[in-house]
Amino acid sequence: MSEWWTYTLSDLLMFSKTTYFRLFELQNLALWPLQVLALAVGIALFACLWHGGARAGRVVALVLALVWLHVAWAYFAQRYATINSGAPYFALGFAAQAVLLFWLASRKPAPRLTEPAGALGKLALCIALLALLVYPMLAPLDGRPWTQAELFGLVPDPTLAFTLAALLLWRAHWLLWIVPLLWCAISCATLVQLDAGQAWLLPLLALLAGGARWLAATRAHK
Amino acid sequence: MQAMSNQRRMLLRSLVAGASHAALGRALAAPPGSPGAMITRPIPSSGELLPVVGLGSWITFNVGDDPAARANCGAVVRAFFAGGGRLIDSSPMYGSAQAVIGHALAALGHPKALFSADKVWIGSGTRGPAQVATSRSLWGVPRFDLLQVHNLLAWEEHLPALQRLKASGALRYVGVTTSEGRRHDELVKIMASQALDFIQVSYNPRDREVEARILPLARERGIAVIVNRPFRQGALTAALARHPLPGWAAEIGCTSWPQVLLKFIASHPTVTCAIPATSKPAHALENMLAARGPLPDQTLRRRIVADVERIT
Repeated sequence: MSEWWTYTLSDLLMFSKTTYFRLFELQNLALWPLQVLALAVGIALFACLWHGGARAGRVVALVLALVWLHVAWAYFAQRYATINSGAPYFALGFAAQAVLLFWLASRKPAPRLTEPAGALGKLALCIALLALLVYPMLAPLDGRPWTQAELFGLVPDPTLAFTLAALLLWRAHWLLWIVPLLWCAISCATLVQLDAGQAWLLPLLALLAGGARWLAATRAHK
Repeated sequence: MQAMSNQRRMLLRSLVAGASHAALGRALAAPPGSPGAMITRPIPSSGELLPVVGLGSWITFNVGDDPAARANCGAVVRAFFAGGGRLIDSSPMYGSAQAVIGHALAALGHPKALFSADKVWIGSGTRGPAQVATSRSLWGVPRFDLLQVHNLLAWEEHLPALQRLKASGALRYVGVTTSEGRRHDELVKIMASQALDFIQVSYNPRDREVEARILPLARERGIAVIVNRPFRQGALTAALARHPLPGWAAEIGCTSWPQVLLKFIASHPTVTCAIPATSKPAHALENMLAARGPLPDQTLRRRIVADVERIT
């Protein structure tokens, strides 16, 4: 397609802000009462992050792999694909990340979560809490109905935000950062085009998590 | 123009129940030839008349399988036909828009007035016919009135196939499209060398590049002109909405900025049909009202351009 260079992102975004956020409402309606389970899983994973250690690290990797698979199928392939022809590719990306997380969970020794006593741990716990509690509040804060709340485990952005916290504590291989960072860029670009107030939240979290991880790695090498 | 049917009047009355649309109801009842009658333009290659305002589906009709949003789009299409509209435009590029149009048309019992305009948008010429068949199935129409090569993509391969389709009677008109000023040099070459019934370009008081070469060439070659993005994807109307309507708007029967923009476009003698997109049934009716009543003369056209440029 030789003319692709002539398109801007706004030309390729074929849906309105109303339609985009309505997807979350449709997703919540279709999956109810899975939200209760998703919240419970989120709290359990948060407890694992808080506890730290290798066993908790393996559990988090395994559960997050399942969650990423769920988002790939239930959100991207089943929901987002109805308005965005690129959604199947996003689903593949999320499925690939799930495979990487399964791989991480299967490793010996198990992927150890850094105990969250230090600054790195506190930052990770803050990001995880934000993913679980602040993301659902974004809809009402933006004047949209509660039914459009974005929940960990059901839609991509809070799921990714929570994963950033885990990546920060795992000292994970750089391969595990690729899909999350790519989705940060895609989500931000989409939300900027839609003129959504939350557009920069996910990139900010990624910057904090990635920056903290890089600083910690640099110090460890010295 | 055909006289408005009783059914259409009933639909319209239910749609324009609000007092703010009382004037619209009166205008739509205007008999052909009267000052309030629908303004139509002939397709040069056939003489068939089309109302100067149609309906676009970019973004607004890509609502997926959301039942509430689909019902709303159905109300937009119903309002469009009630207002005397005919040409609806879509593309395989527009996500679920074709399916949503098909859903709306089926709910309305496939209105006879429909002039279906779609596009072929695929890099491979050999896959064009399959895409057209899919599009036709989504619309639920036996054949398209107009098929256009979207943004000139692989036009060398698609145009001959569309011409063959037209020759076989499975298609009535053939065209090509561009938007936002893309590839105008290539468009001019195609217009000069190919047998086209339609072109589609972007045109509004802020985007007037087509006035220099493309519209004169369309006139010379006898090509109908569809105008997309009359509101710059809503950015123009959003910027204008913050300012009161100038006094001259009343001279051409306009009660809103979108109507001013549409009347400006429709007043260019070479333009056949502008295709604003909307997700609001009331706006669809307002847009159709711009296809009635007086159009701006050259002096007022210049003033519209000056005022819109000053404000935005």
